[in-house]
Amino acid sequence: MPTISRNLVVPLGSKVMQGKFTKGASQGTSLQELSELPAFHVLPHPLPRTPMIEVAHLTKCFGPITAVRDLSFRVRAGEVVGILGPNGAGKTTTMRVLTCYLPATSGEVKVGGFDAVEHSLEVRRRIGYLPENAPLYGDMTVRDYLRFMARVRRLAARLIERRIQEMTAVCGLQAVLGRVIGELSKGYRQRVGLAQALIHEPQILILDEPTSGLDPNQIAEIRQLIKTLGRERTVILCTHILPEVSMTCDRILILSNGGLVAQGTTEELSRQAAGDAVYHLTLRPPQGLPAEGDGRHAALGEVRAKLEAMPGIRRPECLETIDGGRARFRVSADAARDLGEELFRLAVENGWTLSELRREAVSLEEVFSRLTTREK
Amino acid sequence: MKNILLITAKEFQSYFNSSIAYIFMTVFLVLTHWLFFRGFFLFNQATLRPFFALLPWVFLFFVPAITMRLWAEERKLGTMEVLMTLPLKDYEVVLGKFFAAYGLLILTVVLSFPLVIVVATFGDPDSGQLWGGFLGAILLGGAYLSLGLFVSSLSENQIVAFILGVALSFLLLILGESFVLLAAPGWVAPLLEYLGLHTHFESIGRGVLDSRDVIYYLSVMVFFLFLNVRSVESRKWK
Repeated sequence: MPTISRNLVVPLGSKVMQGKFTKGASQGTSLQELSELPAFHVLPHPLPRTPMIEVAHLTKCFGPITAVRDLSFRVRAGEVVGILGPNGAGKTTTMRVLTCYLPATSGEVKVGGFDAVEHSLEVRRRIGYLPENAPLYGDMTVRDYLRFMARVRRLAARLIERRIQEMTAVCGLQAVLGRVIGELSKGYRQRVGLAQALIHEPQILILDEPTSGLDPNQIAEIRQLIKTLGRERTVILCTHILPEVSMTCDRILILSNGGLVAQGTTEELSRQAAGDAVYHLTLRPPQGLPAEGDGRHAALGEVRAKLEAMPGIRRPECLETIDGGRARFRVSADAARDLGEELFRLAVENGWTLSELRREAVSLEEVFSRLTTREK
Repeated sequence: MKNILLITAKEFQSYFNSSIAYIFMTVFLVLTHWLFFRGFFLFNQATLRPFFALLPWVFLFFVPAITMRLWAEERKLGTMEVLMTLPLKDYEVVLGKFFAAYGLLILTVVLSFPLVIVVATFGDPDSGQLWGGFLGAILLGGAYLSLGLFVSSLSENQIVAFILGVALSFLLLILGESFVLLAAPGWVAPLLEYLGLHTHFESIGRGVLDSRDVIYYLSVMVFFLFLNVRSVESRKWK
């Protein structure tokens, strides 16, 4: 069952609020300009610690298929939350419910204090949304498209051109501003999609796989951008790229089969999922491993037996043999004890030449696969 | 209102960006002018009636061609997800798209106005019939457009939207024709006669502007636009 770590997010919330206020001062624009916009545009600033997004017992069915089952979570103002899950876990459906594209079959979704069904327009005003694959109008130029989106978002006319310039700079679109979107590469399209989602300075940013189709440099740029944005606003990042989440997100929600299976920071999740510690060691017996035949087999068996005899060690396993008469072994041990020294001593006693000895940290990948491949 | 205009402007611009507008107008004007002038000098009558008589049949294929992409493409590209999560009401988007297509159609009809000058130089056409003909064409076009737009929202395939649009428009067009009326049981005949697109088009084309005909066309448009709003909403019913 998921553990909810509420204390975790409080300091983040307060950090973000500071960011919000200093932002207006440093840029000298946003807050002031906001107050000059039509009345419905003066969006109340969220109080610190108020949940920006509240999802309670959300269930979404498509006919006989249940895409999301009794999902509940909260996101506080200024948090960057990653939603992880294998394909078909219900990530995109959750995004669609949050953005008011689809209504929930049952359960309640509140964004910025507004109900997603009853006050759908208010919710949509507060959200910037980049759906999967960044769908865009191919026959418009980048500039026309951004201008159109800014107008629909009811940005004041004199702000529009400046915001387009800012977004162009932030998303690196200078070179393609006058080009037709249909001719752009995937990377540029993704960035146009991001610029579109940001143009009205939304309080909440919902990004569905924002780095898909980008090259490694662009991925790094976009991740950095998301991190920067996360100082000022609430970001929900939906992805199945694990390092992305651990790099950019304050908190991670893991979905599987439409339900929440875990949530917390990367470290918390690793700790939660960690069962055994795993050691890798590469060693060379005193005479080296015989090239082939029974001798080699016996030599490996001998090493394995010695490892197995050591207290606290389980399941020694030879992974491969390497040139120079060496072999790589993997052993499992209790996570609580550090067996590094003892393994080293064992090697010295037996005259093994160690060329590698490391303890494997439980990666997010493993946490993920353990959590999402559990029995359904 | 502002939202509707924004969508209209964007869709209208998009017809010209993708050069659909130029192709549409050129082919439409060349085709109708050729069909008209083929008989014009033969009959030797200074009237545009043959031109207007062509329109219900030419529109049948041309109007679904400008509506087919309006929703189908949004669905295919996935842009619908962005569009429908913008702070816009569903009916604003539907009307915006409708007016954009209507704008293109009216522009095209207006561009055939030089025909009036040609006819007027050869004789003295009945001005009531002329205005009636143009108004009838615009109203009939609007009815086709609303139907085509609705059909486009049912499929993500533009070809399907086009063919379905032509088929349904055709059905609605011939509903009031005499051979349909003869085949129908006696009590439905007046109803069918009222529902047929063509009957009203002819009555306006005679130069008699009857409010019933105008109301009929407006109701057809409202009806299909309403269905369109519902079909856009229908993603939420599943």
